[in-house]
Amino acid sequence: MLKDEDRIFQNLYNDSGADIESAKLRNDWNGTKEILEKGREWVINEVKSSELRGRGGAGFPTGLKWSFAPKEVGSRPHYLVINADESEPGTCKDRDILRFEPHKLIEGCLIASYAVNAHKCYIYIRGEYFNEGQKLQTAIDEAYKNNLIGKNALNSGWDLDIYIHYGAGAYICGEETALLESLEGKKGQPRLKPPFPALIGLYGCPTIINNVETVAAVPTILRRGAKWFSSLGRAKNTGTKIYCISGNVNNPCNVEEEMGVPLKELIETHAGGVVGGWENLKAVIPGGSSMPMLPKEICDNMKMDFDACVENKTGLGTAGIVVINNDQDIIKCMARIARFYKHESCGQCTPCREGSGWMWRMLERMAAGEATPDEVDMLFDVTKQIEGHTICAFGEGSSWPVQGLIRHFKNEILERNKFDPVVKKNKNIPYLVDQHLLEKENA
Amino acid sequence: MSLKKIHKEQPETFKFNDRSMEAANKIVSNYPDGKQQSAVMALLYIAQRQNDNWIPLQAMKYIAKFLNMPYIKVYEVATFYSMYNLSPVGKYFFQVCTTTPCMLRGAYDLVKVCKNKISEKENILSKDGKISWMEVECLGACVNAPMMQVNEDYYEDLNDKKLEEIIETIYQNKIPKPGSYSGRINAEPVNNRKTLLGNKNA
Repeated sequence: MLKDEDRIFQNLYNDSGADIESAKLRNDWNGTKEILEKGREWVINEVKSSELRGRGGAGFPTGLKWSFAPKEVGSRPHYLVINADESEPGTCKDRDILRFEPHKLIEGCLIASYAVNAHKCYIYIRGEYFNEGQKLQTAIDEAYKNNLIGKNALNSGWDLDIYIHYGAGAYICGEETALLESLEGKKGQPRLKPPFPALIGLYGCPTIINNVETVAAVPTILRRGAKWFSSLGRAKNTGTKIYCISGNVNNPCNVEEEMGVPLKELIETHAGGVVGGWENLKAVIPGGSSMPMLPKEICDNMKMDFDACVENKTGLGTAGIVVINNDQDIIKCMARIARFYKHESCGQCTPCREGSGWMWRMLERMAAGEATPDEVDMLFDVTKQIEGHTICAFGEGSSWPVQGLIRHFKNEILERNKFDPVVKKNKNIPYLVDQHLLEKENA
Repeated sequence: MSLKKIHKEQPETFKFNDRSMEAANKIVSNYPDGKQQSAVMALLYIAQRQNDNWIPLQAMKYIAKFLNMPYIKVYEVATFYSMYNLSPVGKYFFQVCTTTPCMLRGAYDLVKVCKNKISEKENILSKDGKISWMEVECLGACVNAPMMQVNEDYYEDLNDKKLEEIIETIYQNKIPKPGSYSGRINAEPVNNRKTLLGNKNA
């Protein structure tokens, strides 16, 4: 288990309060000016050598992303945007950072905006987190009052303004280009890439977009050194991560642990074990609902970091671990996730808009045992038609969980769905085009 | 009844009151000159709060003029995002999360209670007109499942009994206390905390 002093988010459970005095006791805002004085190159190189990867799901190296911002500010200003539109089912880590560690985030914003040459920072918070946003606003006001941000922040000569922008309940706005559209006051529909936001982003200006957890981790990394951070975990999968463990466990919780911690240890030690014991485990979704689920055999020895997850044909994503035990109907669980994606598709690309509905309806029928056996392969084919054929990664996000279900639990679906509608049973299926075949004389 | 359907009875006019106007001007000033369209989401939300938790068409027209943008663009935004109610909802608007992590821990029991105690169907006002409810997608408090949102507050770690109590409290004209209903603090593991114990005892 990770030592307590190596945890970045010391106030994850709000033991000591989120206000600035308590935050300073936790070492926030300590030596921030000195960090800025070491220069832009140093900050970016230090973040690069810490091998910090984005915590929002894709795991893109943060230092590399920052280095994409143009070195000199041209005619267009640069922007920093913080993605706090946390909507992935199973994930609730950013919420606790916003309400209990806001000063880490604000300090990270100052450093990041300095590194990418931005004087304005927008924090996009999902609309449902209204109270969390108010708490962050209080912290921003405190920071302005203490000259930590604003004009000539910390007497470093750097100006930074931070604004909060609330979303209004759209999952897709967590996608970075959709977030920018939403920030510009439009429907949140993703843009084609390239051009990437680092060159043409918010209002057509260079924009760097980072997740809350990523930015909030940066000040501690720079204070304690990249070496410390990269000594945790393993190469390319360094540092610590907040894991959200939910579902059928005895004590669901958020916990910060080292990268590469065994999944079983996370569930048994921190979350109090699976309801009904480890043997009662059915499957685990390791990284928020978009990532394919894993059956118990893989979970036994699985490590939780980016590369280990990819080896097992899934992904770390946001590290929102959803535990499903044998008391649950696994097909029904997936059908509910498919309904989520059907509801949240922005409707821009046809494969996703139509396909997400298809997947939901087919899974609902499979859960009820009303599908034919060959429909399982058809469903897999539908997921393949969506994946990779859409503007943004929502297509993958909606089809991967279904693929995960079919990959690991195909037999269970087949066992339940032995229905052969056309020949054997005369069943009324209103949407079947060949309904006339059901009448015996036509068969 | 869907909240995305335009309500039949629309008010004749809509205008920001002083409080809304002040908030609106402050938000518009957050964005660069000429980019005031960015404020449309916040302004719609302000209008919704001023108008008993729903947005009439007149408010959209008013906001379009306010921000100097086409009315259809405002309409587009108002119909795209799920938090804008285009028809009236109860003074206490229950949004029960039923996405998988909550479902695994019994969110549909909460839905059953809502059906019994509030109204059989979603978005229909309760008998005294105070409460309406609907199923929503993930609200981002999965380790505190099952949970729901009432207006702006989260009610976490619920079960059917606790939800019945909450509804009874509202029927008695009292405001139930938000937060966790299992007695735990925030997102820590109940009775099983193994990390940051030094801070806890400090």
